[in-house]
Amino acid sequence: MLDPPDWPGHDAGQHVDVRLTAEDGYQAQRSYSIASTPEDEHLVLTVQRLADGEVSPYLVGELRVGDELELRGPIGGYFVWDVPLGGPLLLVGGGSGIVPLRAMLFHRAALRSSVPVRLLYSARTLADVIYREELIGVEPDHQGADIRVTLTREQPSNWRGYAGRIDRALLEEVAWAPSESPLTYVCGPTGLVEAVASTLVELGHEPRRIKTERFGPT
Amino acid sequence: MAMLDGNAIAGELYDVFGAEMTTVIGVCASCGARHQLGEQRVYVRGPGTVVRCKSCTSIVLVLVEIRGCTCVDLQGLAEIDLRR
Repeated sequence: MLDPPDWPGHDAGQHVDVRLTAEDGYQAQRSYSIASTPEDEHLVLTVQRLADGEVSPYLVGELRVGDELELRGPIGGYFVWDVPLGGPLLLVGGGSGIVPLRAMLFHRAALRSSVPVRLLYSARTLADVIYREELIGVEPDHQGADIRVTLTREQPSNWRGYAGRIDRALLEEVAWAPSESPLTYVCGPTGLVEAVASTLVELGHEPRRIKTERFGPT
Repeated sequence: MAMLDGNAIAGELYDVFGAEMTTVIGVCASCGARHQLGEQRVYVRGPGTVVRCKSCTSIVLVLVEIRGCTCVDLQGLAEIDLRR
C-alpha cells in the first residue's frame, strides 16, 4: 500500500514501474499492475514473490512501512477499462494476471455500473487464488458480477468451481456470445493469454475487442 | 523468447516520447496494418527492446540504450497516428 506524493490518480488496468537502486548503483525495474480502484484512498500493488526474482523478494520480504520507493506511473492507456467503454465485459485472468482485472471489477462496482461482467480466473490451487475472500468469499456480490474460478492443479473435495486449464469448452460456456459484441480483457502468463485470445477469435469474437496483457513466462 | 504486449513498455515509451503512447496507432511499413502500440508484440529479453507488427511480425520499433542514451529506430513504421 503506497501513498505517492502528487499522485494524479489512475485508471483501472494501469500499472506502475518500480525501480530499485542498490548501493553500488545497480538498478532493477519491474512493472506491477495497480490493484486498487481509482476510488480507493491508497495506491495498492499486489506483488507475487518469485523465488529467483530480483525485485519481488525485496518488495515482499524486505520493504517496511515508511520506506520510500521510486515509482513511475500511472502508465498505460491500452489495457484500461472505464464505465463509458461499456461491455458486456469479459475478464479472463491467470495467476497474478487477476490484479488489473480486480481493479476493473471493483471500479465497476464502486460506480454502481450496470455493465454486465463475467470474470474467469485460473489459478493452480485454491491457496493460489489471490483475493480469495473478496472474489469467492461468503457474499461476493460486486454489483452482480458473475465470478468463476478454475483450479488447474488440485481442487478441494468440496470444490464447486471448474477444474483444469481454460480451454475452448470452458470459454464457450463462460464467454458472452460473439453477437453481443463483448469487450474482453485477458491478463496473465504469455501462454495462457495466447491460448485464450486465439480461442476467442476462433469462436468468432472481434479481435479488436480483445485486449491482452502478457506477463511473460510463468 | 517470451512475447509481451506493447503495454509492457509503456513506461519506456513515455520516457522517450514524453506522452502516453500505448493508445497511439502505428502503421506497419511492411504490411500497412494499423495497430495501437499497446497491442503490438514486444520482446524485451534481447539486446534492446524489439516491437513487432501484430499482423506480419515485421520489426516496427527498436529501443536500445547505449551509454545512457536511448536510441530509437522507427524505420519499421510508415506512420504514427497521434489521434487517439
